[in-house]
This record gives sequence, structure tokens and C-alpha cells, in this order.
Amino acid sequence: MKEVHHEAEEHHGAHKKTYKYGMVVDLDKCTGCGACMVACMAENNLPFRKDNSDRVRSQLWMRVYKISNGRPFPDTDISYIPRPCQHCEGSGHHHTPCVSVCPATATDYSHETGIVSQVYTRCFGCRYCMAACPYHVRVFNWWDPTWPKGMEKYLNPDVSVRMRGVVEKCSFCYHRYQRAKNKAYAEGRRELHEDEYQTACTQACPAGAITFGDLNNPEHKVHKLKKSRYAFRLLEKLGTNPKVYYVSTRDWVRKAGKAYAGEEAKGVTHVTHA
Amino acid sequence: MDSASAPFDSALFPEGTKRCQFKWFLFWVAVLHGPLMIGVIAALMCWGLALNVTYLNNNYPFGLWIAADLGIIALGAGAFFTGFLRYIVNIEELKNIVNYAVVIGVICYATAQGILGVDIGQPLRGWFIFWHANVHSMLTEVAFCITCYFMVLCIEYFPLILENRQINRLGFFHGMAHHLHEAMPTIAAIGVFLSFFHQGSLGGVPGVLYGRPFAFREGFLVWPWTFFLFVLSAIACGPCFTILITWITEKCAGKRLVKRNVIDILAKISGRLLVVYLILKTLDTVYWVAIAGKVGAPFSSFYANQPYGYWVLITELGIFGVIPALILLSAKARQIENVLIIACILNCAGIFMNRWIMTVQSLAVPVMSFDKFVSYHPNWVEYASTFMFVWAGAIVIMLSYRYLPIFPQEKELNPL
Repeated sequence: MKEVHHEAEEHHGAHKKTYKYGMVVDLDKCTGCGACMVACMAENNLPFRKDNSDRVRSQLWMRVYKISNGRPFPDTDISYIPRPCQHCEGSGHHHTPCVSVCPATATDYSHETGIVSQVYTRCFGCRYCMAACPYHVRVFNWWDPTWPKGMEKYLNPDVSVRMRGVVEKCSFCYHRYQRAKNKAYAEGRRELHEDEYQTACTQACPAGAITFGDLNNPEHKVHKLKKSRYAFRLLEKLGTNPKVYYVSTRDWVRKAGKAYAGEEAKGVTHVTHA
Repeated sequence: MDSASAPFDSALFPEGTKRCQFKWFLFWVAVLHGPLMIGVIAALMCWGLALNVTYLNNNYPFGLWIAADLGIIALGAGAFFTGFLRYIVNIEELKNIVNYAVVIGVICYATAQGILGVDIGQPLRGWFIFWHANVHSMLTEVAFCITCYFMVLCIEYFPLILENRQINRLGFFHGMAHHLHEAMPTIAAIGVFLSFFHQGSLGGVPGVLYGRPFAFREGFLVWPWTFFLFVLSAIACGPCFTILITWITEKCAGKRLVKRNVIDILAKISGRLLVVYLILKTLDTVYWVAIAGKVGAPFSSFYANQPYGYWVLITELGIFGVIPALILLSAKARQIENVLIIACILNCAGIFMNRWIMTVQSLAVPVMSFDKFVSYHPNWVEYASTFMFVWAGAIVIMLSYRYLPIFPQEKELNPL
């Protein structure tokens, strides 16, 4: 394999390369079709109910918001914001918001990949992490997971199903990282190619709006895309330091994404998308 | 007492005291079992059918249970603070109410742990918090301190059981009760240490949430300012709750159980602490308003969604803060029983409101600009399972009052 040179960070002074997996979503390309949500649900064994319209209780790791500039015709404009877990790194004296508060160490920040994990078998359902997350990416299992008869045969064997009473969230399809890594190791490699590890939502997006890769690696597309002058992250001022970047050439979209709820984004209305 | 009309269990009553007939006692215990059983059904529903039976949702992972938990622990602060005043500051008169403060404390802390057991929905996994403890989490500190302090409270309550008239006749138990009393200053000091940390850590629970500008506070070292405000507010309202429950007990028993000067000491201390708390809370609020803008969060956005308008701030600090503080500071006002009780009710309500604001309102305020405000109110399952512990606590008080010598002044105030 070609030697990959990138801005690898040294982890605890050891000779172990660290990665910073992240995502760049081009909001100008996103059509709001919801394919990413469906792919995510299928890939990660997310349960659903007959009537799944109660959005504040449904299990969605990837959720697409529809926002509007709130202006009358003909100036009306809309944008869709796909929102997976932001895999915050934290900054300054702040750790990842959810990781630092979990009392049972059921969620952890991987310094190897930059991915925020969730240990379902350790979570006891206090939901403190959900309170800590300003992006609402964490969902609680209000029910025991069920699937229509026969559908359980189609569950992904690489992803454990979660029982009621535990919190779950997007893992950047971590099982795919493990699978790719196993394959690379079997082939005597230590580095993954960019296309070897891709999330389900990235691959499902028909518009190619989602790009995934190592933010530290100059050879990965995300490294360049995140440096776009139109790139921004949600609620940047809070200092959560997310690894999901968004790109939009529209000023009002960038403003709405970066801003805190209130006057700064006045006029931005939203509709929760299915 | 006329032995012919004395209740059949009168031999168990504290020496020189009178209690109602056993049938009436049983009747009221049975009455309390009604709502208690509804609460048990609600709790079983939560465990058996999962938490979808509540009105909690992904936007409101914290609801009535957590707010009640934080509130009840603050109210239970009367136990450790009265113990501190009695055994460490050595205010002699408080020996006449410290026993009851301990009983109330045991109930409050048992309630808090019971509510948490329902709230997590997975009580069988509760031990994970100790086994896989994350030392950076405020909730870990809370869990450890509350559990340890509950044990301390049980140790403080235990000698009261041993002092039951019949148990105390046995030499071994008499001796054990005596030795435990001897050790009480040390036990009280341990209680003060543990309580300081868990009351504070409960304040830290919302205070460290830097992703929620409404709740987040800067602070001293690892402790946000809410850490100190929660300690102060707890010791400012805990004694008022002790006064309030004592008053209710007196009304139910139909007699005075504690002398007014004892109540007055607690009320006076509570009032002064409440003033200090209000000053610091006001400073904290002013500073919070100033720094909220740093993250682009306009102060007005915190109160833009009904029912969480500006009235919340005014009610918490004004009606439930300044008014009880003024009453409790005035010696004349404190002497008027009804006025004193109103002040205690307002003070305790203020604590509950503060805990609700710091937990539930913190989650209610949208953070992302395209976030939608979602309203939440608890449903009957949440109410019933919360109040279940209140009814159980009332039964514990009834049993303790009937059989244990918790009011040293009762005999003097109510000669037979």
C-alpha cells in the first residue's frame, strides 16, 4: 500500500497513529430525500413502531431537519440539514459534552479514531448524556425493540440490538471501521484506504452530499472540503468542536447552523422532516 | 393513663406520652396505602412496560423525577444541617428537634433513591454507576455521596429505634443506643462532609452542561457556581422543611411537640442563610446574563417560550425568595405561626422551582437555531410514582411518632 502521509497526531506519545474521522455535508446538494436516514436505520438495526410519527420518541441516529429562511415568496428558500452524531472533540478545558458527564463510563471518546462510542451493555439509562448534548443526537429506548415478523432475519449481524432503557446514538458505523481494519490487518496493512471505511449514510446519499473520511489526512476529500470558506459547524461558539462539517454557499444557512437559538438566526423557521 | 382505655400497644409508646387508639392509627395507615398502591402500580408499569408509559421523551430526558429528586434532597438537608448546628456548633436547644430532622432526612434520601430507581427504568443496572464509575461525572459524585450519607442517616436513625421503650429495656440495646449517641458528633461531622459534596454535586449536574447555555455556569476549579449555590440553598431551606413537617405533625397529633424557641432558632438561621443565598444567586444571575451573549445566546431567548417566561425568574427569586427571607428575618413575623408557616412553604416551593428550572427548563430552552420548543408536563405515572414515596414517608413518620421517642419535649408540653 502506498504510504499515507498525513497530519497524524501522536497518541500519548506512543508510536500509534491517530485519526480524526469526520464528515462534510454539502447542504446545497442535499435534497432531503431521507435515504441517509433509511440507510442508517437498516445498517444499525434501529427499531421502529407502526406509527413512528412521534419524533421526540423515535429512534433516529440520523435526522434530517428542514429549515426555511422564513421569507415570503418569491424570496423563500429552504435547506435540509442531515444531522448525525457530531462526535464532538471538546476544546480548551471542556471534554466531549456527553462523555464527561456519563457516570458509568458508558460513552467514551476514542483518541485513535475520534469517534464517540456508546457502550450499550454498560448504560443504565440515567439519560444525563442526553441532557448534555445540544444537538439531540442521543435517543433513549423507550420501548423494547421490535420488528415486523420475519424482518429480524434481515438485521445486521455486526450491530447489536439495544434493549429498552438504554441510550444510543450514531457511531459513524464503527462496525464498518472494525471490519475494514480486520481486512487490512489480514492483508498485512495498518492503514485503511479512504473508500474502505465509509458510513452507510454516505454511501446511500444519491446526491453525493455526504463525504466521510479522516479529517487529518490530506489525501482524504474531507480534509480539503472542511477548509472551504463556506464550511461551518453547528453551534461552533459553544466550543463542542464537532467533527461534522457543513458546507453551504447560502449565507442564511450558515448563519442558521452556527447560531444559537435566538436573535442571531431570527427568521429561520424549521419543519421537522420525516 | 387509664389502662382500660389505653390502646393495646401502649406499652410500646414513649414513656409518659399519649397516642390515639390503634384502630385509628391502622385506619390512617390503610388510607395512605391507597395512593401508595397506585404509586406501586405506576412504578411496576415503568419497570415492566418501560418508560414509554411516562411523558418523558428524547427532548426531555429529565422530567419530574429528576426535579423532585434534586428538590427532595435539598429539603432533606435539614437533617445534616441541624446535626451540624447541634453537634458541631453545639446549639443545645436543637437537641429537641434533631431527632425529627433525622427521621425526615432518612425519608427524603430514601425517597430520592427510590425515585432514581424508577427514573432509570433499569434499577438492576444501578450498580454500574459504582462499578464503572467515571470520576469526571458530577453524577458519580452524587451517587457515592448520597449512598454513603444515606447509610450515615440510617446510623443516626438506628439509636432512635433502640430507644423504643421495650427494646431499650434490654441491656445490650440500651448500651448500644448509648454508645451510638456518644459517637453522634463524629457521625454528624461525616454527614456534614458527605452532604456538602452531594448537595454541591447536584448543583454541578446542570452547571457543567456547557452545551446548554441556560444551565452552564463558570466556577471555581472543577466546580461551577451552581455547586456552591445548591449547597447554600439547601441549608437555607432544609430547616424550613423541618419546621413545616413538624408543624404538620403537630396538627395531626393535635398537640405541641416542640417549643417555639427551638423552631425560632431554626427559622432565624434559615432566614439569614436565605438572604446570603439570594444575594449570591442574584450576582450569579447578573453574571450569567452577561456571559450568555458570549456564545451568541441572547438572554431573551431563555425566556422566549411559554410557559417559561420571565415570570419564572421573578417568581423564583421574588415570591419564593425575597418574601420568605423578609418574614424569616423579622423576629415579630416569626412569632406569628401562620406567617412563619407561609414563609416555610414559600421557601420550600422556591427550592423545588429552582431545581425544576435547572433541570427541566434547561432542556426546554432550544439550543440550535432550527430547534423547536417542545412542551413537557408529567403524566399520572410520574406523579404517582413520585408521590408514592411521600405516602410511604408519612407512614414511617406515623410509626416513628407512635413508637419512638423523637420529641424530647413532648412530655413536658403535654403532661398526662
